[in-house]
Amino acid sequence: MTRGRSVTALIGLVLLVGGLAWGATGLYGFGHYHASYGRIVAHASVPDRSATNSVVVTAFDYRAFDTLGEEFILFVSVVGVLVLLRRLRGESGRDEENVAEEDRRASESTRWIGLAAAGPLVVVTVYIVVHGQLTPGGGFQGGVILMSAIAFVAVGGESMVLLRLRRTSRWVEMAESAGAAGFAMIGFGGLIAAGVFFQNFLPKGTSGLLTGGVIPLANIAVGLEVGGALLMVIAELFDQRLRGRRL
Amino acid sequence: MSVYPYIVAAWLLGAGLYGVMSSRNYVHLIICLTVMQASTYVLLLSVGYVSHGKAPIFADIPTNSTVVDPVVQALTLTDVVVEATVVALLLALVVQANKRFNTVDPDAMTRMRE
Repeated sequence: MTRGRSVTALIGLVLLVGGLAWGATGLYGFGHYHASYGRIVAHASVPDRSATNSVVVTAFDYRAFDTLGEEFILFVSVVGVLVLLRRLRGESGRDEENVAEEDRRASESTRWIGLAAAGPLVVVTVYIVVHGQLTPGGGFQGGVILMSAIAFVAVGGESMVLLRLRRTSRWVEMAESAGAAGFAMIGFGGLIAAGVFFQNFLPKGTSGLLTGGVIPLANIAVGLEVGGALLMVIAELFDQRLRGRRL
Repeated sequence: MSVYPYIVAAWLLGAGLYGVMSSRNYVHLIICLTVMQASTYVLLLSVGYVSHGKAPIFADIPTNSTVVDPVVQALTLTDVVVEATVVALLLALVVQANKRFNTVDPDAMTRMRE
């Protein structure tokens, strides 16, 4: 490290440690948390929304506006990745040859395990997303599980699938955009039907999957967006890997 | 009252920060950044913990039981997603920087720019 960097690091460290110590004096003791907002939200979710998972109710209903901001962070950063990793001039593709080489590296057993795990993982994705308002899960988790299904395919050496995914990335892009737009539309639906942005305007139901009003819809929208966004990032990074080998 | 969860959070932050400061490789640096982020999960979840509280999911517990705070858990969810996107963006930057400078060492990259 250079001298300038050390000095900067020292100043930063002093400020950080001071800030942490100052902040720690205001902490609740572990297990002694007694702010009422969380308690009210937790105990309102069942009588008020007929949904048992109060974390998802908080994220997609009471604090849905915050989640909208988070959605757009995800969206914008994926756009950033795509812009950064775009095909530069002079980087032409002989993708098939590289893919074939890539595929030869996987053994028969990893290939079978990878492919065998992918199908059940897609089923788990759907289960996690549609039960989001009832049991642990939801759109974010489902989207990430969907991405791991694709990762299993790649580990199994079926790189051709990923290449094809990149070629048809328009569909993935559309799924992602539809998810982001759908979540915003749910907000506007509340504005139109009840006069308040992100007001839960659908009937809350009593039991089963169709409870919580707009929450199941929000879960599906977010699942689409997160799944699509991560698939695009994986496909782009994979594409870089193929190009990197050539250089 | 126990302070151990907070100590774990501070330790994760410190360990990650040391890694970020001393790193000679951008990929390693980004992994250290995720360690730092992990400290915020530990902090958020331990702030919201209520003694003998259960998970705030009423699928299999009575609706009047003591539960931990769901708001910090939703915040943690946000945190995880933001971390994932930040890591993706940073890794994309590293890929491009490696193409341009043919190195992933921060110091070497600085020297090359001068």
